[in-house]
Amino acid sequence: MARTIDPIVDPRIEVRVLSDDEVQRIHAATLEVIESVGVRFPSPRALEIWQAHGATVDRETLVVRAPGALVEEALARAPHEYALAARDPSQDLPLDGRHVYAATDGCGVEVLDLVTGERRRSRLQDVAEIARVGDYLDEIAFHWVAVSAQDTPAESRGLHELAAIWANSTKHAQTESIVTEREARAAVEMAAAIAGGREALRRRPVLSLMECTISPLAQEGGALDAALVAAEAGVPVGFMTMASAAFTGPATPAGTLVVGNAEVISALALVELAQPGAPVYYAAAQTAIDLRSGAYTGGGPEDFLFGAATNALADFYGVPLSMGSFATGAKEPDWQAGIENGLSTFMAAAVRSDMLLGVGLLHGSRIWSYEQMLLDCEIYGIVRAMLRGIAVDDEALALEAIRRVGPGGEYLTDPHTVRHMRELWQSRFFDRRPYGAWEEKRDRARDWARARAREILATHEPDPLDPVVAAELAAIIAAVEREAGVAGAAAPT
Amino acid sequence: MTTEMTSEALFEAMRRSIIDGDDERAAELAGEALRAGVDPLRAIDDGFVIGLREVGDRFSRGDMFLPEMMLAAKAMKRAVAVLEPELDRRAMKRQVLGRVVIGSVKGDIHEIGKNLVATMLAAAGFEVHDLGVDVPFDRFVEKAREVDADIVGVSALLTTTMTGQRTVIETLAAGGLRPRVKVIVGGAPVTREWAEEIGADGYGEDAAQAVTVARRLVGAADAAVV
Ligand code: B12
Repeated sequence: MARTIDPIVDPRIEVRVLSDDEVQRIHAATLEVIESVGVRFPSPRALEIWQAHGATVDRETLVVRAPGALVEEALARAPHEYALAARDPSQDLPLDGRHVYAATDGCGVEVLDLVTGERRRSRLQDVAEIARVGDYLDEIAFHWVAVSAQDTPAESRGLHELAAIWANSTKHAQTESIVTEREARAAVEMAAAIAGGREALRRRPVLSLMECTISPLAQEGGALDAALVAAEAGVPVGFMTMASAAFTGPATPAGTLVVGNAEVISALALVELAQPGAPVYYAAAQTAIDLRSGAYTGGGPEDFLFGAATNALADFYGVPLSMGSFATGAKEPDWQAGIENGLSTFMAAAVRSDMLLGVGLLHGSRIWSYEQMLLDCEIYGIVRAMLRGIAVDDEALALEAIRRVGPGGEYLTDPHTVRHMRELWQSRFFDRRPYGAWEEKRDRARDWARARAREILATHEPDPLDPVVAAELAAIIAAVEREAGVAGAAAPT
Repeated sequence: MTTEMTSEALFEAMRRSIIDGDDERAAELAGEALRAGVDPLRAIDDGFVIGLREVGDRFSRGDMFLPEMMLAAKAMKRAVAVLEPELDRRAMKRQVLGRVVIGSVKGDIHEIGKNLVATMLAAAGFEVHDLGVDVPFDRFVEKAREVDADIVGVSALLTTTMTGQRTVIETLAAGGLRPRVKVIVGGAPVTREWAEEIGADGYGEDAAQAVTVARRLVGAADAAVV
């Protein structure tokens, strides 16, 4: 049986960091940038599409300057609402502006081994196991490819990773590791096999793609070509800016928003020019660099503000948003991880970002930790409980119970308490024990989270993938490997 | 006496231009030094380099930030470019710690970290040839031969491209440049263990470590930090 997903719905706390007028100004500045400075599109196909629609294309520098009206017109074709489909339809995720879904982070390179506790290179088995744990957790609504399957050939790695997720979970898969046209074609074929054909995939996209822009003001050729392939097949595609204030973006957050916005909306406009009505989404993980080292920080007050500001932009364009939250810069699940992931997630969720990414990775999206994964889910649970707000109706005002208990009584045994106590948030990983109990054991949240992850991994059996479909996926990957002239990889369990 | 004073004022202005990260001013002062007949090597060593050293010190103490460091390095580069023709004419060679060829390996377009490493190496006194991003394996070898490099630096930020670091080492070996030309590697997925596994001579987790390891490889570990 597929597990239920329990997302944040209709947040009741409102956070607003940009006024309508400010959004308008950011939009106007963005159009001016696209029109006068331009954005680099290093893909012959992309340049042709722009040119055919009347944009100015510099074949030398590959920079496109597009009139604001063209960009606006193209963006207006994007659907406002659609659903990310899952292998199990009960786990489909409507992107309707009311829900906030969480997913794992993507593309880590090392794993803190669940058994030995040691840090080691990531492999295909990890992708499979993380997907299995994610399949179990009700906070995880869909998957990113959490770590790279480094024991598979580079040419087919992104495909092995997808197959491993689908073999271990019925939930939607979104990948950021398909960045070439060839891999995109194969990934679409695989998704069609899962969905039951090309038409079925168009109706129920079980796969979505996430491509990166290159700040400042550039796209990547392979990523553009992959995105166009996805859009043709009706597979949702998003572009993510990682503009970093003071390095790849201006030092002022507003300036960094403009640069990133120009990258994202110009890419989305291209997709809409090529495939009017294709499902697209805005994606972002802006940050501010560490001024002492230039490092991508992945946490800090500017990040939290970006998390809240970006949804105002995505809403303005009427497309869903996938926002980088969680994804702490900390080296282990510690106070820094708690603060960064708590605040980034609260801000991005309160403004109704449709998708939140970043569960489980440490050290700026490099090291996977099951402990962090479970703790991030706890953070999501806390934010979810907060965003439910406070219900105020007759039942919640509890006058009847207050009358019954009267001055000086207790509510512990009142029927009203029994009716409502389960609505109160319950901690799994806060230490609320007596001091002495802690002193005796000296264990902590990380230990409990690790134990829980082990237990889930040992006991959770995801709904198996139809062996016929699994064989189809394997055949598609094998064909890609033959074409590329590389040896295949062993299948994960 | 007066000329001494003016040249001292000139040297002071040179240092200042680097500390202020003012490349226009640095180039202007370099030109002024040439016109005044100041020895171009002295202009570098007693003028500009002193400023760069101060920036380097303050940067490592955390008093100055990366943008200031980069601006100082840029100003330094402009000043040296103005002085270079005169150095060549006098057949003088600016003493460099070593020559480094650096680039982001084929398939990889991450450049921020590589650029930082290149800048810091240059600021530390290396002659740096930056090949940019998505650099074919042969290109590293070609360039290393052309400039008689001591060190080749290979940056990779993707698990799919880090294997290219091994290929660069193999290609250098096939070209007969190993073990004379040393190889240093770095980038997000790169670890000390990986560097050892592929037979690299050095690994740096950040730009400061890149400088330390490069200095060690050219036997300059104890020399004063520039
Ligand atoms: C910014 C960024 C980008 C930018 C790059 C912009 C640019 N102009 O360079 C953009 C958005 C374009 C980008 C694109 C992609 N990225 Co990227 N990116 C990052 C990010 C967040 C930060 C990198 C960075 O600039 N750090 C700041 C600098 C200062 O640090 P640094 O690069 O590590 O460099 C330091 C050291 O490593 C060392 N060093 C570096 N090089 C060298 C060389 C030598 C010789 C030495 C000694 C030392 C050394 O010193 C440097 C200075 O301190 C990292 C995550 C991370 N935390 O590292 C992901 C990351 C590297 N990217 C990743 C991915 C997957 C991609 C894409 C495939 C995504 C996509 N779907 O399109 C593309 C690939 C594009 C390509 N073909 O290369 C993954 C790689 C993981 C993996 N499993 O392979 C990472 C780890 C993030 C993640 N977990 O998903 N990315």
